[in-house]
Amino acid sequence: MRAFSQHNGICMPLDRPNVDTDAIIPKQFLKSIKRSGFGVNLFDEWRYLDHGEPGQDVATRQINPDFVLNQPRYAGASVLLARDNFGCGSSREHAPWALEDYGFRSVIAPSFADIFYNNCFKNGLLPVVLDADVVEQLFKEAADAEGYALAIDLDAQSVTTPSGEKFDFTIDAFRKHCLLHGLDDIGLTLQHVDAIKAFEAKHRAGAPWLFS
Amino acid sequence: MTGKTLYDKLWDSHLVHENDDGSCLIYIDRQLVHEVTSPQAFEGLRIAGRKVWRATANLATPDHNVPTTDRARGVAGIVDPIARLQVETLDQNCVDFAIPEFTMDDIRQGIVHVVSPEQGATLPGMTLVCGDSHTSTHGALGALAHGVGTSEVEHVLATQCLIQKKSKNMRVNVDGKIPFGVTAKDIVLAIIGKIGTAGGTGYAIEFAGSAIRELSIEGRMTVCNMTIEAGARAGMVAVDEKTIDYVKGRPFSPKGEDWDKAVAAWADLHSDDDAVFDCEVVLNAADIEPQVTWGTSPEMVAPISGSVPNPEREPDSVKRIGMERALEYIGLNADMLMTDIAIDKVFIGSCTNSRIEDLRAAAEVAKGRKVADSVALAMVVPGSGLVKAQAEKEGLDKVFTDAGFEWREPGCSMCLAMNADRLEPGERCASTSNRNFEGRQGQGGRTHLVSPQMAAAAAVAGHFVDVRTLASANSNDGEE
Repeated sequence: MRAFSQHNGICMPLDRPNVDTDAIIPKQFLKSIKRSGFGVNLFDEWRYLDHGEPGQDVATRQINPDFVLNQPRYAGASVLLARDNFGCGSSREHAPWALEDYGFRSVIAPSFADIFYNNCFKNGLLPVVLDADVVEQLFKEAADAEGYALAIDLDAQSVTTPSGEKFDFTIDAFRKHCLLHGLDDIGLTLQHVDAIKAFEAKHRAGAPWLFS
Repeated sequence: MTGKTLYDKLWDSHLVHENDDGSCLIYIDRQLVHEVTSPQAFEGLRIAGRKVWRATANLATPDHNVPTTDRARGVAGIVDPIARLQVETLDQNCVDFAIPEFTMDDIRQGIVHVVSPEQGATLPGMTLVCGDSHTSTHGALGALAHGVGTSEVEHVLATQCLIQKKSKNMRVNVDGKIPFGVTAKDIVLAIIGKIGTAGGTGYAIEFAGSAIRELSIEGRMTVCNMTIEAGARAGMVAVDEKTIDYVKGRPFSPKGEDWDKAVAAWADLHSDDDAVFDCEVVLNAADIEPQVTWGTSPEMVAPISGSVPNPEREPDSVKRIGMERALEYIGLNADMLMTDIAIDKVFIGSCTNSRIEDLRAAAEVAKGRKVADSVALAMVVPGSGLVKAQAEKEGLDKVFTDAGFEWREPGCSMCLAMNADRLEPGERCASTSNRNFEGRQGQGGRTHLVSPQMAAAAAVAGHFVDVRTLASANSNDGEE
């Protein structure tokens, strides 16, 4: 997994609460058996005016000029600023895959849906929870200044605005460690192979019907 | 020391290892696998040269992508080549990794969350995961069950464990007698309406109270199914006699001496009297009416006797903007009566409401009636091949087709519209599924979530209607 330590990038504000995973990556693109290539269909139904299907040449698509992602000032954005309950709905990991594939490295919101939040960490994408009033302030600043960028430091657990204002965020120590070092969860878990085997033997003795 | 909640007990009995930072390794008894969220997990195993830890702990079936018409040619009959490849990939992965699978031509194939309980592959006291957020369904049997992403599917395949942090405990008590015409679906929509789509974030929810106990196991599955729509990954109900009766005699259920041992062990699967919850929510069943969603989030819900809310009366500006956007998308005016909402299509199915009791309830309403001329399509999609066979044995298929419904093959179908079953832009659907998000049932499609009875009633009326008035008309006709 790609590690994340520090990142400074253009911030794109997406001003809607409850952005669900169907909106992040519509279902027709979930038919792919690959892990990559979802970025061109990120927010597909908002981003394009025509209906999209997998394998289509996106150069022929009708762009929705009103959608924030298509506005030139946010070209190359890599920090997504969002509202409450971002990533709600389905467990599809295609949602963080699409965000990451597009080029986002971090999503900042007042709250996230549990499964989405968890999925981000498996894909080198840092979800940052900041207070609603701080997020509100960032939305205003991002709207006011073209090229508005945020600097995110995972080790220091901080987000810094262009004016130097710094906001701290909290994050689970284990997740932080794994993301900082790009660690593979499965490899870590397999370090406990003896504990798993011992548990399994005890569990099987107590509830043999679970193993038949 | 205070007592334990049901969630505490399930957690503690599966704890393999706890790190100093509080992250835990939890053993997973069962993983359900389907075609959409598994190919990249198997690919990950291959790239890393890893084996599957315990193949028989997994059970696979294709559901999201399968056509609900024309099964005669099996996988080869899937017209969309990308969808076909995904189902073929599942079949091949299950062969390569020796994972039990109910393939498309197996009568046991169906929606994972319908198939597993039906087979006894979901048992009380289990931990169960699947790369699908509606895995919360299985908590109805006193199991700890939740959705995971594809990386975690791979993690469970490789290690039989998940790295987890324990959630907080919430109990939702629904007390009192369930009124006539009100179903498990109405109860869970009312709960989501009360606590909101993020109300359960960070919690495991136990559904309790006399109304929950009054529900059948299938009804409890409907409630637990939509736990994720309230933001909580896992929902559950304590084990009682109904649970034991439901599980008994199913193909994967324990037999003989194991059965007696299992039943004895399951007797403890309830929260202790002195258990403490971080949050408690109370609803009175008597206050719940048949529900209809009016917006683009399951929390945007109103009783059938009510009207579409007016954003102008919403004090919170973020919520108000959300309501305005939802009404614009869904094409409704504030303050209009719910019963004035006309529909174009009806979908009865999904992991929420495609079990035999759901089909019986819908058929009772459809019986002797006709789908309104203004309804372009009304379809019934059973949750599994076995549900379909049972319904046909009872003649329900005939009731539906006589009334003008289409009777389909099992799968997820128009709940998420990955296959050919979908809404066209602007079409409005009465749906027994679980999500009314923008575009969920097809780009530009408008979804209203309801119970199977309410969906059938809307199909015959051509607009939403209080099923309680229809039902009484039915009994006055002396049709029973």
